[in-house]
Amino acid sequence: MLGKSRFGIVVAGVVGLFLLLPLVAVVPFSFTAKRFLSLPGGEYSLRHYWALLDTDTWLASIGTSFLIAIVSSIVATVLATTFALGIWLLRPRLAGIVTGLVLLPIVVPPVTSAVSIYFLLAQIGLLDTIPGVIIGHVVVTVPFAVVAIMATLNRMDRTLDQAARILGASPFQSIGLVILPNIRFGLFTAWFISLVMSWEESSVTLFISGVNVTTLPKRMWDNLRLDLDPAIAAISVLMTLLTALVIILRGSRQQG
Amino acid sequence: MAIISKPPLSPIGMQIMLWALPALLVLAYVLPFAGVALRSVTRPAPGLENYVRIVASPDLRMILYRTVLICGVSTILTVPLAYILAYYWVMGRAVTSRLMEICIFLPFWISVLVRAFGWMVILRNNGLASDLATFLGLPAEMLATGRSANSVVIGMVHFMVPFAVLPMASVMRKIDHRVLLAANGLGAAAPYVFWRVFLPMSAPGIYSALSVSFILSLGFFVTPMVLGGGRVTMIAEAVFVQMFQTANWGLGSALGIILMLFVLAVLWLVRSVVKLDQSVSR
Repeated sequence: MLGKSRFGIVVAGVVGLFLLLPLVAVVPFSFTAKRFLSLPGGEYSLRHYWALLDTDTWLASIGTSFLIAIVSSIVATVLATTFALGIWLLRPRLAGIVTGLVLLPIVVPPVTSAVSIYFLLAQIGLLDTIPGVIIGHVVVTVPFAVVAIMATLNRMDRTLDQAARILGASPFQSIGLVILPNIRFGLFTAWFISLVMSWEESSVTLFISGVNVTTLPKRMWDNLRLDLDPAIAAISVLMTLLTALVIILRGSRQQG
Repeated sequence: MAIISKPPLSPIGMQIMLWALPALLVLAYVLPFAGVALRSVTRPAPGLENYVRIVASPDLRMILYRTVLICGVSTILTVPLAYILAYYWVMGRAVTSRLMEICIFLPFWISVLVRAFGWMVILRNNGLASDLATFLGLPAEMLATGRSANSVVIGMVHFMVPFAVLPMASVMRKIDHRVLLAANGLGAAAPYVFWRVFLPMSAPGIYSALSVSFILSLGFFVTPMVLGGGRVTMIAEAVFVQMFQTANWGLGSALGIILMLFVLAVLWLVRSVVKLDQSVSR
């Protein structure tokens, strides 16, 4: 097998390093003492990390992104949950078509979705507003939440719901007391996926926000395109550390 | 039992629960999408003018051609790299597997902007790659690809590898290890077991990785714009430019529709290929 060949494992190691390379490469740039993007060259400074606390620019964007991510992920999870429960409990005749409709934004290229949502928000006057961006994020993240919840529901034992009903629970009591507690990990996964996707969403956001609403990805984008401020290296390092922390914590909990 | 397993008479509340999301998506997604399709044939004047222009204009034709070429090259590079990672993630020893998992999921969860920025500081002129080339005594251009199609391909492959790993890993997990042991017991050497047993059994994963990567790459937008710097325009970037820089909504819409038709065509093709493959192997 490949497993026994030295060559295979070396290649896998090289590919792994290739994946980590750009994440590591930005680290030295974040510690430069100069005003422009450069290697520190002996002079280290944390000034670009402090710059992230500027309440007019970076910190404001972090706050905006956080607010939008929290609200849109909760809305997406609630809508996905009610929809998945509806399909699971009622088994409507049109289930296949309706599910296809709901999953459509996964297949459609993000730019095409972005153009659609741009026209929608322009029509209802919510372009470049926080509610507008939330609508956009809900639309593109909700299918992923639906997939996560449906996967959990399909593994659940239907007889639990039936038992609850026979014992006198109303449909909604059964949902609240039996079904939802049983699929809570699926709900959490759905919420978490929507949260991360909204936090990082760039393609749709670039179309529908601009001057008034500047999410973190939007600010990073402007930065990459215009002035290449080293603060972008600092925020990249922080986001990478945060992600690494979550992955390592999750891994150790799985093993423990 | 028949009475219980039939869904109960549904209260109106349950119907509202079910239809809330589809209704929202029809209003906020499907209808606006129909609007895009409509604009592509009505702006600036009714007719197929925008589509004719895309086919007739050498510039726009070049963009379509470049999109297919760059996406094809990236996909072909992505899948073998991802296969090796998936293999050691699923089949490797505990430590190897854990290391592979970190290499796969750390980039997976990180913003495309951070990843494009990382490649930018490496590949740009006078960036880290050119420093390395100078250090090794090589011409700088050999490693520092600057704003070019090569940089875009590197950035895209880097983005797509984790996405290509997932479908292949899930197929590999389902492969019965006893089959591999049986092949080995019947006298097949390790490389033979891999090439003649494991690889064919993991083929469905390779097909879905190919299609996921290609479809994903068609919609790429941030990576080409950051790493190509406007010199390597692909279709998604062209949509953005038409919408906001030249404010040509009709043409932008038409390009968006063409992009989606492309994705649907690829999906359809993949489905027929997989079906064909299944009917042959049966």
